Amino acid sequence: MTYPFEVVISSLPYVLGGAMVTIGIVVGAMALGLFIGIPLALIQVYGNRLIKYVADVYVWFFRGVPVLVLLFLFYFGLFSLIDLNITAFWAAVLVLGLRGGAYQSQIFRGSILSIPDGQLKAAEALGMTNWQGIVYIILPQAIRIALPGWSNEYSIVLKDSAIAFVLGTSEIMSRTHFVASRTYEQLPMYICAGCIYFVLTWIGVFFLRRFENKLKIPGYST
Amino acid sequence: MSIENTEVLLKVEGISKSFGGKRILKDVSLSLNKGDLKVLIGPSGGGKSTLLQCINLLITPDKGKIFLNNRDVSFNKKKDVLALRQQIGMIFQDFNLFDHLTALDNVSIALRKVKKMSKKDAYIRAQMELERVGLGDKLHHYPAELSGGQKQRVSIARALAMDPLLLLLDEPTSALDPELISEVLTVIRELSNSGMTMLMATHQMGFVKSLAQEILFMENGRIIEHDTPENLLNKSKVRTRTQDFCSKLL
Repeated sequence: MTYPFEVVISSLPYVLGGAMVTIGIVVGAMALGLFIGIPLALIQVYGNRLIKYVADVYVWFFRGVPVLVLLFLFYFGLFSLIDLNITAFWAAVLVLGLRGGAYQSQIFRGSILSIPDGQLKAAEALGMTNWQGIVYIILPQAIRIALPGWSNEYSIVLKDSAIAFVLGTSEIMSRTHFVASRTYEQLPMYICAGCIYFVLTWIGVFFLRRFENKLKIPGYST
Repeated sequence: MSIENTEVLLKVEGISKSFGGKRILKDVSLSLNKGDLKVLIGPSGGGKSTLLQCINLLITPDKGKIFLNNRDVSFNKKKDVLALRQQIGMIFQDFNLFDHLTALDNVSIALRKVKKMSKKDAYIRAQMELERVGLGDKLHHYPAELSGGQKQRVSIARALAMDPLLLLLDEPTSALDPELISEVLTVIRELSNSGMTMLMATHQMGFVKSLAQEILFMENGRIIEHDTPENLLNKSKVRTRTQDFCSKLL
C-alpha cells in the first residue's frame, strides 16, 4: 500500500510541468488583455459615439457570457468555422485574453477617468496633440492607478485558466485530474493542485505589489 | 498716437460661443498690444474662462476671428491650432501640473515632445526657467511635494519655457492661500516689467491698479466696460458697474 503523499510527491514534477503551461496561458492572456484593454478604455473615454458603441458591444459580450461557453463557442464553433487550426493551449490564451481585454478595459477606463481632465487641457495648451497628451500625460498616470485592479485581474485569470482543462490543455488541473483518476488519490492530489494555484497567485500578486511601490509617485497618495 | 510703436499682437473679433443652447460669449472683441497687461474682471459665470480658452482654441469659438501677429488663425486646421497654442502660454487656476512628473520634467516635457529638443537641452532650459521663478532648489520635487504657490510658479515656468508671445492667466491666484498669493503675483509682476504680453482674469485689485493698462469688465458673456483702472475706478463721474463690483471685493 502506498501512502497518499507518495503519489503526490512522485507526480509533483509532472503536475508542476502543468504549472508552466498554466503560467504560459496566464501570461499570454494577460498580455493580450492588456493589448486589447487599454485601446478599448481609450475608445470608451475619448472615442466618438459610433466607435464607443462597438467597444460597448464587445465589453458586454465578453462580460455577459460564461467563460466555459466562450471556450466551447470559440474552440469548437468559431475557430473551425473560420478554419483556424490552433492548439487547445492557444485557444485558451485567445479566449481568456479576449475576455480579459473586456475586463481590463473597465479597470483602465476607471483609472483614466480618475485623472483630472485639466491635465490633458494643460498638455494641449502647450501645443501637444490630443494623442501626445494621452500617451505622455494620461496613460503613465492611469497605468499606475490601474495596477491594484490589474493585479486582482491576474489572480482571477490565473484561477479561471483551470477551466482550459475542458479543452484538453495539459495544465495544472488536467494533469492533476489525470493522476487522481488513475491512482484514486483524489483528495491529496486536489489539495496539491489548490496549493500550487495559491502559491502562483501569491507570487504574482507579491511582485505586482512591488512593481506598484516602485512606480509610486512621491508625495502622491493612492 | 503713432501707429508704428503700438504693435498689435492679438486681436479678437466678435467671438461667440454657446454650450447646449446657452450663450456663454456674445460677440466679444479685444486687442492686445505687445507688452500690454490687460485684466478681465467680473462675476463668475460671466465668460472670462471661456474667453481665455477660446483665445488659444482649447474651446473652438462658434463665430469670430482671432489674429495673432496679424495672421488670421484658422480654427479648423489642426496645424494652425497647434502652432497657435505653442505661441500662447496658459496658466490655470488649479495649476494642472502633470502629477507623475518632477518640476523639471513638467517644464521640459513639451520642449522635448513638441519642440523636439534633446533631453539635455530641454533640461538646461527648464532649469533656467525654474530658477527664474525662484524654484532652483525644487527641480526634482513632484507636484504633490510642492505648495500651491510653488505649483503655480512651476506652471508659469512651464509656459515660459515654450517662448510664448503672450500669456493667458485664468485666475492664477484664486486657489491659493492668502500668504502664497504674493509669491505668484511677484513673478507675474516681474514678467510684465520685462515686457511680456498678458491677458489675465483676476480679482487682485491692488495688483490690477498698479500694473494693468486696461480693465475689461465681463458680465453675461459681454465686455460691458473697458478702460484704464484709473478711469473706471476713480475718475468716472457716474458710478460704473466695475466700481460697483469692486466695492464688494475685500
